Amino acid sequence: MNTALTPLLDVRGLKIGFGGRTVVHGIDFQIAPGEKLALVGESGSGKTVSALSLLRLVQNAEVRGQALLGERDLLALSERELRGVRGDEVAVIFQEPMTALNPLYTVGQQIAEVLQLKKGLTAAQAQAGTVELLASTGIPEPARRAGAYPHQLSGGQRQRAMIAMALASAPRLLLADEPTTALDVSLRGQMLDLLSDLQRQHGMAVLLITHDLNLVRRFADRVAVMERGHLVEQGGVADVFARPAHAYTRMLLASRPQRDVVELAAEGSPVLLQADRLEVAYPVPLPGLKGWFRKGRFVAVKGADFRLGKGRTLGVIGESGSGKSTLALAALGLVPHGGELQVAGTAWQACRGLAAQRAVRRRVQVVFQDPFSSLSPRMTVEQIVGEGLSIHHPDLSLEQRRARVVAALADVGLVDDPQHGGDWLQRYPHEFSGGQRQRLAIARALVVEPDLLVLDEPTSALDVTVQKQVLGLLQRLQRDRGLAYLLITHDVDVIAAMAHDVIVMKDGSVVESGPVDQVLSAPVHPYTQLLVQAAA
Amino acid sequence: MTDPTPVRPAALSPGRRAWLRFRRNRLGYWSLVAFCVLVVFSLAAELVSNDRPLVVRFDGQWYFPIVQDHAETVFGGDFDTPADYLDPFIREQITRGDNWALFAPNPYGPKTINYFAELPNPSPPSAANWLGTDDRGRDLLAQLIYGFRVSVLFALALTVVGVLLGVLTGAIQGYFGGRTDLAFQRFIEIWGSMPELYLLIIFSAVFAPSVGLLLVLLSLFGWMGLSDYVRAEFLRNRQLDYVRAARAMGLSNGQIIWRHVLPNSLTPVVTFLPFRMSAAILALTSLDFLGLGVPPGTPSLGELLSQGKNNIDAWWISLSTFAVLVITLLLLTFMGDALRDALDPRKADA
Repeated sequence: MNTALTPLLDVRGLKIGFGGRTVVHGIDFQIAPGEKLALVGESGSGKTVSALSLLRLVQNAEVRGQALLGERDLLALSERELRGVRGDEVAVIFQEPMTALNPLYTVGQQIAEVLQLKKGLTAAQAQAGTVELLASTGIPEPARRAGAYPHQLSGGQRQRAMIAMALASAPRLLLADEPTTALDVSLRGQMLDLLSDLQRQHGMAVLLITHDLNLVRRFADRVAVMERGHLVEQGGVADVFARPAHAYTRMLLASRPQRDVVELAAEGSPVLLQADRLEVAYPVPLPGLKGWFRKGRFVAVKGADFRLGKGRTLGVIGESGSGKSTLALAALGLVPHGGELQVAGTAWQACRGLAAQRAVRRRVQVVFQDPFSSLSPRMTVEQIVGEGLSIHHPDLSLEQRRARVVAALADVGLVDDPQHGGDWLQRYPHEFSGGQRQRLAIARALVVEPDLLVLDEPTSALDVTVQKQVLGLLQRLQRDRGLAYLLITHDVDVIAAMAHDVIVMKDGSVVESGPVDQVLSAPVHPYTQLLVQAAA
Repeated sequence: MTDPTPVRPAALSPGRRAWLRFRRNRLGYWSLVAFCVLVVFSLAAELVSNDRPLVVRFDGQWYFPIVQDHAETVFGGDFDTPADYLDPFIREQITRGDNWALFAPNPYGPKTINYFAELPNPSPPSAANWLGTDDRGRDLLAQLIYGFRVSVLFALALTVVGVLLGVLTGAIQGYFGGRTDLAFQRFIEIWGSMPELYLLIIFSAVFAPSVGLLLVLLSLFGWMGLSDYVRAEFLRNRQLDYVRAARAMGLSNGQIIWRHVLPNSLTPVVTFLPFRMSAAILALTSLDFLGLGVPPGTPSLGELLSQGKNNIDAWWISLSTFAVLVITLLLLTFMGDALRDALDPRKADA
C-alpha cells in the first residue's frame, strides 16, 4: 500500500459526546485509497460510534473535529449534501443483516433502489445490475434470489445481499461494522474472502470495525486499537501484532483463553451424565389444511450418545441450529426427550412429580449465554442467588442463607472479603457489567452445590478480556470442587482451553466425537475440519 | 474487582427508579397529587357538603346529627319526623341564645331539595346554592361532589376487578401457551363479539338497576384488552433465560409465575391503569346519561349531563358537570402519559 498518496479519508480530532458525556476523546486516523483499516476495541470503546458518526448516523451525538473525504469535511456538510455522500461515496454494512434489510421488500428491490437513486439507471437497467451485483457476491441463482424477501435467505446470503447493496453505488470507502459477528464461524472466513476480493476488484478502501483479532490478522493492512474513546495504538497489522507498544494492545493479544485444567483420565471418574440415543423433537406447524389437524415434527437432536465424568468437561461444538442448545435443555430436563438420559444414575423420565425432579435439579445447574436476560431485573442479588437455597434447603435460617449467598459471591470473585459482602446483596442486576452478571449467574448455580454445570455459551456475549477471566474462574472452580461441565459453544478456542472430550454437532447429529486433542489436531469429518480451520 | 466497570454506590430497585422518573414529569406528578387530593376530599364529602349540622349544642346538650337521626320534637318542633335543618324554624331554634350549630361549608346533601329557594328550579348560582340547583331543586355542588365520588369509586372497583381478571387470564394463557392458550383465545374471540351494550340494556330491564349489577356486567367484558397485553408479556418473558434458570433450579410453576414472570410483566398493566380509570368513568357517565346506569336518586355525573341537555337554558348544570368531567379525565390522562414515560425502558434515568 502506498501511504505517500493523499489519504482518502483524513479524520482529525474526532470527539463524540452524548448529552455532555464524552465517549470519544479526539482521535486521528487516515485511510489511503484502497486500504483496509481495522478499528479494534472492546464493547464500549467507541469504535462503532466513531465510524458511524462520520456519516452522522448516530442519533443525538454531538460530533466535533474534522473528517476530510477528499476536499470536503464530512462533519461540516449540510444534511442535504451528506445525503449525496451516504451510500454513494461511502457505504455501510451493518452487523445484523436481518434487521438492516427491510423485511417488506425483496432484496432485489432494495438493491435496485440504490442503483436507480444513485446511478440514475432505469428500472430495467437496475434489474439487470442487481442480478449482476448479487452474482458478484457469490449468491447461487442470483436472478431467483433477487426476488426473495430477507427472511427467505440464509444468514450468509443476507449478508451477501447487504454487501451487494453497499457495492451498488461503487463506493470509495466501505464502513463494515462487525460484518461477520452475526454469522456462523464457518461462514466468517468466506465472508472475509469475499470482502477482500471485492475490495481488490473495485479498489475501494474498507474501514472494518471489529472486536475479533483473528479477523484483523486475516483481513486488514493496518490496525487502529481503541480503548475507552482513545486511540491507543495504530500501525501495520504485522507490526502491531508482533510488537504491540501499548499495554492495552498487549492485553487484547494475550486474551486468548489459556488451558489450565486437571487432565483427568476418563476411566477413573464416576459418570455424572450419560446419554444413549438421546433424541429431542419439537412440534412444528404444517402448511396448508392438514396443519389444522396435526403438527409436524422437527428433530433437533438425532440420537446423541455421550458420557461425562466427575471433574471433566464435555465440549459440544456446532453452529446455530445444530441442536447444541437443545441438547443443553435436555440435559437440564427442560424439554421432553426420547432415548435415555441419566444424571448421576437417575433418568429424567423416571422423575415423576416436583419432589423427585428437585432432587435431580439440585445436582445439575446452568449458566446461560446472555448475562442480561439470565437475571431477573426485578430481583436483588440476595434474592437471585438465595432462591436456590430457599428451594433446596428450606430449613436454613435467614442468617445462614445470607452467609451462604455471600460465600457463593466470594467463590465467584464478586466479593473480595466474605466478612463484608453484605452491601452487595441489595443491588439489582442492572448495576453490574456483563462479566459481573455472568459471575452472578455462576454464583446462583453454585449455591446449591451441584455436581454438574451446563454452560450454554457462557462467554460468547463477553469481551475477550472478560471472557478470559470468566473461563479462568470456571477452571478454578472445576479444580477445587471436581465439577463436571457440559460446555456448549461455537468457539474452538474456548473448547481448546476447557474441554477434555468434544462432540461436534451438525444439523442435530453428532458428526464426530473424541478426546479434545484428537478432534482438534486431527479432525476426521469435513465439517470439523472446516471449523478448526476457520478458527486457526 | 477484576471487571472494569465500577459499581455505583446507590442500590435502587427498578420500581423506585420508575417512581423517580415519574416524579421528574412535573405535570404528571402534580396531576397525581391533585387527583389524590380530590379523591380524599370527596371521600370526606359528608363533612364538606351535608344538610345536617356536624354538631349541635341545644339546651345544654350535645347532638351529632351527622351520625344520628333526631326527631324535630327534640329541637322544639311539632312533628315526630326527622328534623329538616334547612327549615328556618328549626334553624332558629338551634341557633337561638346559647344554642349553636356547626354546619358543613355547603349545607346540602346530594338528595336535599331546597324547598326554600327564592327562584324556581332549576335556579341559577346564588349565595344559597353556589353552583345553582338542578331541575328538582337539589344543590348542584353537592351533587357534583357526591357524583365525583361515586364515579371514582366505581372506576377504581372496575379497574381493580378488570386488572385482576385480566392479569390472571393473561398469565395463564401466556405462561402455559399451547392448547390452553388456544382455547382461551377462541373463548375471548367469542366473548368479545357479544353485543355488550344490548346485554346491558336487557339486563337493566330484567334486574333492578344497581351499582353492583353494573360493576358485574362491565367487569365481565372489561378484562379482555388487558389480558391480551399480559399474555404477550408472559409469552415473551417465559422463554427468557432467567425463567429457564428458575425451572432448572426446581421452582414450581406457581413460584415461577409469581416471583419471576409476573413482576417483569406488569409494565403494561401499570401503564394502562389511569387510562382504564378514565375509560371506566366515561362508561359510567355514558350509561347514566342514557338512563341505563345507577338507580335513580344516586348522585351521578351522567344524570346531571342529561339534565343539562334537557334544560339547555340552565347553563350552570351542563357547564359545571362538564368541567368536573374534563378536569378528572385530564388529570388521569396526564398521569397516564407520565407513567408511560416512567416505565419506558428506553428512557435513561439521568
